[in-house]
Amino acid sequence: KSGLCSSGNTAAKRFTTNNKDVWIMLVIEVSSFPRHDDLKEMLDSNKDSLKLEAMKRIVAMIARGKNASDLFPAVVKNVACKNIEVKKLVYVYLVRYAEEQQDLALLSISTFQRGLKDPNQLIRASALRVLSSIRVTIIVPIMMLAIKEAASDMSPYVRKTAAHAIPKLYSLDPDQKDCLIEVIEKLLADKTTLVAGSVVMAFEEVCPERIDLIHKNYRKLCNLLIDVEEWGQVVIINMLTRYARTQFLNPNMNEDKDEKDKKKPYVMDPDHRLLLRNTKPLLQSRNAAVVMAVAQLYFHLAPKAEVGVIAKALVRLMRSHSEVQYVVLQNVATMSIKRRGMFEPYLKSFYIRSTDPTQIKVLKLSYTGSCSCFSFRQTYIKSMDKDFVAATIQAIGRCATNIGEVRDTCLNGLVQLLSNRDELVVAESVVVIKKLLQMQPEQHSDIIKHMAKLTDNIQVPMARASILWLIGEYCEHVPKIAPDVLRKMAKTFTNEEDIVKLQIINLAAKLYLTNSKQTKLLTQYVLNLAKYDQNYDIRDRARFIRQLIVPTDKSGALSKYAKKLFLALKPAPVLESPFKDRDHFQLGSLSHLLNAKAGGYQELPDWPEAAPDPSVRNVEVKESVRAVETVTARDRGQSSEEEGKKTESKNKPRRGGSDTESGEDKDSETESSESEEEESEEESEEETKKKKKHYCRPCAPFHGNGYGKDIKTFPAVCLADHAIFPLPVSTNQTITPSGNLKTYELLHRITGEGLSVEYCFSRQPFSPDPHMVAVQIQFTNSAASEAKNLHIEDAKLQSGMRMKEFPEIETLPAGETVSVVMGIDFCDSTQAANFQLCTHTRKFFVSIQPPVGELMMPIFMTENEFKKEQGQLMGMNEITEKVTLGEKCHGEHAVIQRVTTAANLSRVPCGSDKECRFAGKTVTSGSLVLVSVVTKDNGAAQVTVNCEKMVIGTMLVKDILQTLTQ
Amino acid sequence: MIHSLFLVNPSGDIFLEKHWKSVVSRSVCDYFLEAREKALDPEDVPPVISTPHHYLISIYRDKLFFLSVIQTEVPPLFVIEFLHRVAEMIQDYFGECSETVIKDNVVMVYELLEEMLDNGFPLATESNVLKEMIRPPTILRSVVNTLTGSSNVGDKLPTGQLSTIPWRRAGVKYTNNEAYFDVVEEIDAILDRTGTTVFAEIQGVVEACVKLSGMPDLTLSFMNPRLLDDVSFHPCVRYKRWESERVLSFIPPDGNFTLMTYHVNAQNLVAIPVYVKHSINFFESGSGGRLDLTVGPKQTMGKTVEGVLVTVHMPKTVLSVSLNATQGSYTYDNATKVLVWDIGKLNPQKLPNLRGSLSLQTGAPKPEENPSLNIDLKIQQLAISGLKVNRLDMFGEKYKPFKGVKYITKAGKFQVRM
Repeated sequence: KSGLCSSGNTAAKRFTTNNKDVWIMLVIEVSSFPRHDDLKEMLDSNKDSLKLEAMKRIVAMIARGKNASDLFPAVVKNVACKNIEVKKLVYVYLVRYAEEQQDLALLSISTFQRGLKDPNQLIRASALRVLSSIRVTIIVPIMMLAIKEAASDMSPYVRKTAAHAIPKLYSLDPDQKDCLIEVIEKLLADKTTLVAGSVVMAFEEVCPERIDLIHKNYRKLCNLLIDVEEWGQVVIINMLTRYARTQFLNPNMNEDKDEKDKKKPYVMDPDHRLLLRNTKPLLQSRNAAVVMAVAQLYFHLAPKAEVGVIAKALVRLMRSHSEVQYVVLQNVATMSIKRRGMFEPYLKSFYIRSTDPTQIKVLKLSYTGSCSCFSFRQTYIKSMDKDFVAATIQAIGRCATNIGEVRDTCLNGLVQLLSNRDELVVAESVVVIKKLLQMQPEQHSDIIKHMAKLTDNIQVPMARASILWLIGEYCEHVPKIAPDVLRKMAKTFTNEEDIVKLQIINLAAKLYLTNSKQTKLLTQYVLNLAKYDQNYDIRDRARFIRQLIVPTDKSGALSKYAKKLFLALKPAPVLESPFKDRDHFQLGSLSHLLNAKAGGYQELPDWPEAAPDPSVRNVEVKESVRAVETVTARDRGQSSEEEGKKTESKNKPRRGGSDTESGEDKDSETESSESEEEESEEESEEETKKKKKHYCRPCAPFHGNGYGKDIKTFPAVCLADHAIFPLPVSTNQTITPSGNLKTYELLHRITGEGLSVEYCFSRQPFSPDPHMVAVQIQFTNSAASEAKNLHIEDAKLQSGMRMKEFPEIETLPAGETVSVVMGIDFCDSTQAANFQLCTHTRKFFVSIQPPVGELMMPIFMTENEFKKEQGQLMGMNEITEKVTLGEKCHGEHAVIQRVTTAANLSRVPCGSDKECRFAGKTVTSGSLVLVSVVTKDNGAAQVTVNCEKMVIGTMLVKDILQTLTQ
Repeated sequence: MIHSLFLVNPSGDIFLEKHWKSVVSRSVCDYFLEAREKALDPEDVPPVISTPHHYLISIYRDKLFFLSVIQTEVPPLFVIEFLHRVAEMIQDYFGECSETVIKDNVVMVYELLEEMLDNGFPLATESNVLKEMIRPPTILRSVVNTLTGSSNVGDKLPTGQLSTIPWRRAGVKYTNNEAYFDVVEEIDAILDRTGTTVFAEIQGVVEACVKLSGMPDLTLSFMNPRLLDDVSFHPCVRYKRWESERVLSFIPPDGNFTLMTYHVNAQNLVAIPVYVKHSINFFESGSGGRLDLTVGPKQTMGKTVEGVLVTVHMPKTVLSVSLNATQGSYTYDNATKVLVWDIGKLNPQKLPNLRGSLSLQTGAPKPEENPSLNIDLKIQQLAISGLKVNRLDMFGEKYKPFKGVKYITKAGKFQVRM
């Protein structure tokens, strides 16, 4: 691998140095092309406007599919043009023709290499985009190097471009797979929504079989999903469907088994639930592809009882463009075969309109065919659209076979159709009646008689053949008519179509066997005619049948069985929907639509017998000492080597651990420099960013935890600030529901009779009322039955305190967890809020008491502002304490982390590395809270808190001292 | 993913091609053109066609075929949805999506396509992001550009591309801050011969035109959100907030966009705004028939019904019509056998009537089926479902915006069987 990279470097050098010589060669070459002289002149001029005009004309040529390849040398010279539009158009041209003119294309490479180092992220990204789009094998090492660098670029947009470049390189040189997988693994760990969709796309194209790369990122992907752009959502959902099929148990497993097998009750993996829960809101997406992706996910992964939710969304898609309808209907047809009744409530949406395109009509029928009633169809049959009429009649047939009760109605209806004036209708009806009669011929001899009469009129060969077959098959039910029909047919034999002729022979044979007295001569006659027919199939059949049925001296053993051969009871045909056998393809896929495996299709695996180890998805949470220690401890306990390796490579956040890795510090460093640079790059936008933050936040708590539109605005918005004050809230929250927020118990499982309740301070503003502290409450129902009507009653609050209850939870099924957010205004005091937590059966007295650190929220402040404010809060408002730092608490990092964990404050930048400053304000009154910690060499430190509210100040100092001495 | 895109006009000419990976010869379109030949109607061309080496996924829109070439497995809806976005983007940029417009702006369309996909995977499809990278043409700008040689291409990365709200660009400024919402409802209905409703439902859409400075955070609430049975949202709408409080909370994109589409609960009875008295006879023996149509208002909630248009797809054997309209005018196209009666405004005092004779092909049998009527209509100031916007609140910005809501009811697929 290292060899590859170094060769990339040398190749790169070669291109830059050789440039001049090739330019000279170019000039000679240019003159040899006679055409497009005017364009070349314009390109050579030093006016940008002329160049632009020329490039526009060239690109217009390309767009129209005209060949412009002879201009290559003239165009590629302008690759370094200052005018951005000229440059863009040159890129377009280059990508289009580079494959044909590989040598010349190499000239441009050095420009892109320079572009990769540009301070403007857009230029870096577009350089990478073009570089990776040039399909010239010789630059593979350069591309590899560029992708690797871009994958750790500070701009998420460049990283996204890197993800896009991966499949390009892979298709150019599949040998790079191993190197590329490393890059994919790295990018999969990326936390921005921008990158997520693109890297999963790369994963699907390069290494869809490496499902193990997903484990660590599974929860993050689930949680980010709602905020990824639409196209990425589709790809991620499809991939996660496959993933879930390999990692979780079939939620419907107990339904297929016998009673005795039901020993093991099925418990859904919380991660499985997470996926279902986080994808469900996307059914409301405006993008049909997203809706379909979620629908197929539910169809393949959800317990039977929950699949119903997708029907409504799919029915909505049926009102979209006809192409969307076409695809959705195909999928609905497959779904309705497996889950009949799923779309029953929406039957009306499948009614057919005269304005629907034929293909939509036919598809709608194939769905309604399996359930609706006959009367509707009669309207359809009158339609002018012939293909559709045929499909309607076939659908009636299917309907009659599948639903016993309506069979007679359908049959009667079809018989009525036999007198229709349209021959096509009649013919199609005959064919369907034939199939229906086969099921119960005894009761319907009058229908057979009626049909026998039709032979005089019907000309459609298939229908005639069907009638003849019916008469032959059931000749004992119509003993008088059958020979007469044969007589008529014998007369017209020579003029019939081939399939009719075959059936005449068949009829003759069958009659010969049952009623030889009347038909012997007729049969002989027909066989003789057939003997000299032009079609060899017919000659062949005639010869074969003669040998079989007409007894001669030489006739073999077979003729004894002639009767058994011809008059055996034939099984009734099964009228199946053409969608019957498609369900083994993943729904929504191209392969499913075509009913054939398309290239690159990934099989949907069967559920595993036993669930693989779910702990592979556990992620160590950054900056959380507690969480890190527990998780790593568990991971280390596993002996599997692969497992160990994975944790090793992902083990960045082992901050507090005794065996710190050398890579770890570097990691955090690059991250911090990255975000700082990013900040400077967008300094002009800083204002708006702050505003954004301001308005994004208020709604966040309402959206519960981990998912919801707004949560993700946190990691992104905070990205820039992240390194400066590692707010534990932001990033972690999206990773695991619990995060590193300290959770407190509200109700124990035993006292709560199976209902356990925990709460934590989510540290996000509470949108309905900014003066309230957001408290996130998590209910877990570990009882056997579901809990209903969870709500709050009878709050006993101290004067001035207020409370905004969470909306009532109607039901909480057994084994499920749900979290809600409520707001409490503690009036800047640590007094407890007492209230009753009610279920439909019980009431529990509970109370929430906030640590003082949770009564405040972070604010931004510059160093000068901080000093100014501090100066105004002297005297009684200032509390200073000395402390000796705990063993593990040396260093700036540790101090920052301890303090921000203890209190919801943000860090204030500070010139000195001996001092850490934090600022915040109390939630209710908005009084400033300023904290500074000055450390000294010998492990001693001085903590100063400035706050107007002396009680808060005193308590906060105590808390901080405690956390620092630990 | 998406390999190439071809734009094909109704006569089968390919007038634009774009490749995102290596070039696919345009001869691949022959498979498509063959299928196009076979289909009677352009809408009947199968959207997915399988060829020996490629798969072709196409949409038919604005009388143009958008044909994409695929080589490997990809969800077909993904491609279809994307192709529709392309058409919408062209519409958005140039005001209409037609062959002439695309040919006139071929370079810009090509540049846009280049930005929309990278290696066949969507890169930037949000109109706000695209407009920052490639500015839409205006007369003023094109004059300035020819004089100064400056271009329509932006040199900065659009802010939307990086933010978590890619649909809105930063630094929006308006002197008049305004937010308008159009609640448009369409009635889909099938009425049978006797005028009884076989099937009726209401599809609604809230179109927004928001021109607000800065980063406004809007909350739109309805008086009767319970009416809404099934909804789908623009990505800006916060799902959770809707689920818990039934309000639309969102940071809007800049300009025009579709905020939500909805479906009104089928249990509610749908008011049918018009009725049609109709009779059509074909004489058993001769080669003629009679047609008599009267349209009148039914449940209009006191509003005027406008823009009434009746379309009849006549049986193939009808050669010509000779009718007399008391209001409006009619046309009969013998090639497509479509009779169109443009009535305009309905006057309840004097109901419009269309009657006269039809002449049929001599010798042809009497048509099996009576044609059905398709009706188009419009009612201003009324949302037929009764949906009402309660209020619109803005957070995050200080100024006071102008707000407005408009209601319109239209006929969707409104069919009367004769």
